[in-house]
This record gives sequence, C-alpha cells and structure tokens, in this order.
Amino acid sequence: MKTENSEIATYNFAYLDEQTKRMIRRAILKAIAIPGYQVPFASREMPMPYGWGTGGVQVTASIIGRTDCLKVIDQGADDTTNAISIRKFFEKTTGIATTTHTCEATVIQTRHRIPEVPLKAGQTLVYQVPIPEPMRFLEPRETETRKMHALEEYGLMHVKLYEDIARNGRIATTYAYPVKVEGRYVMDPSPTPKFDNPKMNDCEALQLFGAGREKRIYALPPHTKVVSLDFEDHPFEVNKFEKPCALCAAEQVYLDEVILDDQGSRMFVCSDTDHCEERRAAGHRGELAGHALEAAQ
Amino acid sequence: MTSQTQSEVLDTSIAPNEGRDERPLLSISGLSKLYGTRIGCRDVSLEVHAGEVLAIVGESGSGKTTLLNCISSSLTPTAGTVTYQMRDGRVSDVFAMSEAERRQLMRTEWGFVHQNPVDGLRMTVSAGANVGERLMAVGDRHYGQIRNRATSWLDRVEIDTDRIDDQPREFSGGMRQRLQIARNLVTGPRLVFMDEPTGGLDVSVQARLLDLLRTLVADLGLAVIIVTHDLAVARLLSDRMIVMRQGRVIENGLTDRVLDDPQAPYTQLLVSSILQV
Repeated sequence: MKTENSEIATYNFAYLDEQTKRMIRRAILKAIAIPGYQVPFASREMPMPYGWGTGGVQVTASIIGRTDCLKVIDQGADDTTNAISIRKFFEKTTGIATTTHTCEATVIQTRHRIPEVPLKAGQTLVYQVPIPEPMRFLEPRETETRKMHALEEYGLMHVKLYEDIARNGRIATTYAYPVKVEGRYVMDPSPTPKFDNPKMNDCEALQLFGAGREKRIYALPPHTKVVSLDFEDHPFEVNKFEKPCALCAAEQVYLDEVILDDQGSRMFVCSDTDHCEERRAAGHRGELAGHALEAAQ
Repeated sequence: MTSQTQSEVLDTSIAPNEGRDERPLLSISGLSKLYGTRIGCRDVSLEVHAGEVLAIVGESGSGKTTLLNCISSSLTPTAGTVTYQMRDGRVSDVFAMSEAERRQLMRTEWGFVHQNPVDGLRMTVSAGANVGERLMAVGDRHYGQIRNRATSWLDRVEIDTDRIDDQPREFSGGMRQRLQIARNLVTGPRLVFMDEPTGGLDVSVQARLLDLLRTLVADLGLAVIIVTHDLAVARLLSDRMIVMRQGRVIENGLTDRVLDDPQAPYTQLLVSSILQV
C-alpha cells in the first residue's frame, strides 16, 4: 500500500508494516476477549521516545482505516505538542481526515482524559499507557504480579488504598485509580484522573490501552462493567470542583488550574478544549470569558 | 510448656493439649530434597498435632531450612508427601493442591515467620497495612475494622499503637520481628513456621520475643514448627524436637528428654557444647 503523499511513498499506510499490524490486531482481539487482561505484544520502535505514546500510536496505527476520522488529545487538549505531533504523524502516514470534534471522530487517541461528551457506539478510544501493571509499585516482581492476576489475589490493591487513608485521612489517589473489570481483572486505567473512571463503566465505545515500553495491550469492550476499588467505609468519590469553568461555565466537568500572574490569581478551565469551545460557540459564557469574546466580536 | 520432664514416654506423637482430634494436623513422610547430587534433606518423616510446638535443631547446613521450606511448600521436594488437615477436617496433600488453594492455605491457615523480617514484611508500607494485608487478602473491605484489628495486634505484640502509621524500616530489629509475627497471626492461622525467629537479635530482645511467642502460642493454641540452632530457644518453646545432621533426622523425641538425655553421639556433642554461664 502506498500513501497519497508521494514524498513518503516508502512508508506503508499508517507507518507500521502489515505483519506488525496483524500481530498487534491479534493482541487486541485477545485483549477484547478477556477484558482487563494485559496481553503481551511485540512492541516496535516508533519514531518517538518511550513515554510519548508509543503504545497508543501502535494500537491506533493497527486499527485505523482510510475512512476513519482521527482525533488526538493530550490532557484533554487538541492543541498541545504531543497531540499535534501525533495527529500530524497520522496525517502524513495515512492521509486520512482528522478532527478536533469528539462527535466526528471514529478513533480518538488520548493521553490522560476521556472526552466530556459521552462516546457512542462505533467510536474507539485508544489510551497511551505508561505503566500497565496496577500493582507495580507494591510488588516489583513481574512473575509475582502475573501470578496474582492469574489467581485473582488482589488484596495488595487495598493495601495501597489503606495506606492512602492512613496517611491522608481519605483515598488520595486521584489518577491511575485501580478498577475491577467485569468482577475479574484489576486494571490500571492509565493516568486518567479518577474523575473519568465512571465514564469507563458501561461505555458504548470500544476502549483500547497500549503500553509501548512495557509491551502490553488491554481492552474494555463496549458495555463492560468497570468498578473503582474502595472500602465500605471510604467509598469511591470523584473530584469535585468548587467553581464552574471560567470560560464556558460548564459544571460537572474536569477542570485544569491555570496560573494567571505572580500574584496568586488563577482560573479553572475545562481540560477538554473541544467541549469548552463548543459550549462557547453555543453561547455559554464563564466569568472570565466576557470581555475577551466581546473584543473579538 | 516444658513441664514434661518427668515423662518417660518416648511415643513422640502425643500432643500436649487435650487431644480432641487424634489425627495429626500435619504429617510428612519420606520427604527428600536433592539439589542435583547434593542432599538437602533425606527421608524425613514426622507428624505435628494441633497446638504442638516442634523444634528442628542442628548445625548450619544440616538441612533444617530446606526441610522447613519443603514442608511449607516454598520448595518442591524431590520425593515424599506432606498432608495437612484442614479446618473442616478434610485431609489433603499439600503438593496435590492447585496453586490457588495452596496460596489460600498459606494466607489463612498457615503463617511463616522469616529469620530476616525484611523477607516477611513490606518495608515501604505502614505497620498497620502490614498487619492488615492478610485481612484484605481474604476479603476484608472495611477500613475502620481493619485498622482496629491492626491496632489490637500491635498492642498484643507490644508495639506502641501510635506507631501504626510508621513504616517498618523505622523500626528496630526486635520490633520488626514482632510486627512480622503480628502480621502472620492476624488471620488466626493454625500452623506457623518459624525460621530462626530470634536470629540476629541481642539476648535481652531475644528473651522478650521468646516470652511473647510462648504466651501467644499458648493463648492461641498454635501448632508451630520452629527451626533454630539455639538449643535454649528449643528448650523454652518446644514440646518436641528433632535433631538433624547432614540432611537426616538423627534424633527425635520430647524436648526435655532429648536435651537431658541425648542418645545420638552428635546430639550429645551438641548439648555439651552449650556455654554455661
């Protein structure tokens, strides 16, 4: 296969060779068949450093087709360095359409966030995962953690949460919050904020997780039961924000803190930039959006 | 515990407490472990009854630890069987169990106190979590209850309860060892393996630890298999003892009988080499 762009005709469609894609697709199929189970795969070297999303890029490259429309987000934003360079990478190597609108995309590659707009059937969310093993920091031996997954020995996950409560008086883990999938495998939902954990449960879209350095792929097929671990007397809670988004006045969304000057003033804005833009386009105004937009008009 | 000096009975299978169940808790027959052509232990058979403390003594390299590791299923023996009587009375072969069952057994019915507490503790989580880990592993999901039980166990092993949130790496050697004991006993095991639990501690700390162990063993009615090279530890804690040399059991009997009237030449040597202060 050749891409439309003749300058890079030496590359196969979506960069990876077809044999590699087949190998990754087999791993993905296995991962979908066993939700939450970490499937090893022969991760390739990608033209980017580990930690920049090599796992996610390989998964995306393996599943993307000519009719797909790709959206890439980093911390919820479409316009950060990582998101732009991965989007450009796929524009160059596939020539397919890209978008920043969640509802138009068929494949969304993400680092850290799940879009605020609920995902629909037919969409695929690809996560970039740095450390796929939820028990890694308590049990450094891979042989042992595999055995613990196999025998469903997950007491250690609660040791981690116990430590949190003992030190902070509450479960202070705010990202990479462990979940149990379909009552079987405990899974690390990659460094997404725990705010997004409930969105994983019973999601209509397919969710794929790729860890390039650790060479693991795992998946949540549509409508999978995903439960965040907790204690009976310390139930799971999502982060709450005191104020709505300063630009679009959205509530019940995940906000980023932005420092405005060296006097300590700050604003909280939507981390999902597409969601924020669409709301502002629809006429919603936050407390700091007013004059800037009037000036533009 | 060691009040059977008058006993002339050499039938070593007598349990010291009221024998509710005549069957042994653990029985080992023909156990051998070879490391290539080297012998770890050879043809060991013994029985342990509920509430009984058995000491395995012998010099370094005599196969004590190999034997303990085989019995506790950390090592797979070359030959022989180990059977254990479960809480529900069922007797099962430890090595015929699935790995899941065996690990479940080790978390609930058994405990293992390592010589070096670092091997038996999680050094980077707090004392409370160390004690609570087994509870969480068997499905406890109530933070308050887990913490209360951890607190009461710390108290029981004489660790100040205000140190519950400190990590064991901030503890002294003796405290670490006591924490390891609490961590093992919290799920109420029936059989505890101890590998030189007092090794590396100074004598006064040793004495306190032994005193504590003796109280706990008596209170909880634990069966214990303790490996030690220290005959004083065996004398204080155990009801029965076996003496090993070059991988074989060379003497077997009630502790006081073996120590006061050793039969095998090697045991005589061992007993006579204790320093008298």
